[in-house]
Amino acid sequence: MTAFDDVIANTTDIADGLVVHPAGDIDFSRSPNLRNELMQLMQNKSPAKLVINLAKVEYMDSSGVATLVEAMQMQSKRKGRLVLCQLQPKVESIFKISRLDMVFTIVNDEQQAVEA
Amino acid sequence: MTMHLEHFEIRLSSDPRHLPVIRATVTAIGHAHGFDGHGCHQLALAVNEALVNVIQHGYGGRPDQLIRLRIEPARRDGREGLCLVIEDDSGPVDLTCIRSRPLDEIRPGGLGVHLIREMMDEVTYSQRDDQAGLRLTMCKYTPTAQTAANKESA
Repeated sequence: MTAFDDVIANTTDIADGLVVHPAGDIDFSRSPNLRNELMQLMQNKSPAKLVINLAKVEYMDSSGVATLVEAMQMQSKRKGRLVLCQLQPKVESIFKISRLDMVFTIVNDEQQAVEA
Repeated sequence: MTMHLEHFEIRLSSDPRHLPVIRATVTAIGHAHGFDGHGCHQLALAVNEALVNVIQHGYGGRPDQLIRLRIEPARRDGREGLCLVIEDDSGPVDLTCIRSRPLDEIRPGGLGVHLIREMMDEVTYSQRDDQAGLRLTMCKYTPTAQTAANKESA
């Protein structure tokens, strides 16, 4: 069950980890919530692989990107992985402009992310 | 209702919850002034990042401080455009501190200024005349026929 102001709409367990589905724009008004939710999931479930499916995120600002960088670094410290998939055009462009598309593992769809 | 304007000014508090409304407003004004969807997105992202910087760095996250946003039509080399001016009351500012982190230094944060400079054609940070805060002036112009054609073929 999710709270009204949750950014992550739902999660799915996979063999070696977890897929999370955030929904809605992720800007400075919502990125602190996303950060809290991701940190809680990583602490509680310690997923070897964390897949973030961004199909339902049409807009993200630099604070949302910063949250994902922090999550990637946390996963890396724990010897885990973070994979992003289904980036929408506006979200993809901010990763490219920040040159973070070369840093994150980004794939087209969730199936590829699960198999990555 | 037409949004084409000579001068548009908003006074808002430094509450992040205003960001979606401001993005939608700037997008509508951008459309009315000849920007395509991509250009409007760039305008909205730049103003979003600028406001976040004011909220975070100028006001230390306090949500009840005043921010002024002024939008004016502009023209350069025969191209129409918009200038957005954002002013705050955050006090004297060291302008040399306003910069992006190096892009090869992978850490959370520090990208706002880089994004603003990428999105806009002209970006100028200055002290307000009364030294009471920061003024950011950023302008963007509609693409020429040639640049639009280059974008199409890219």
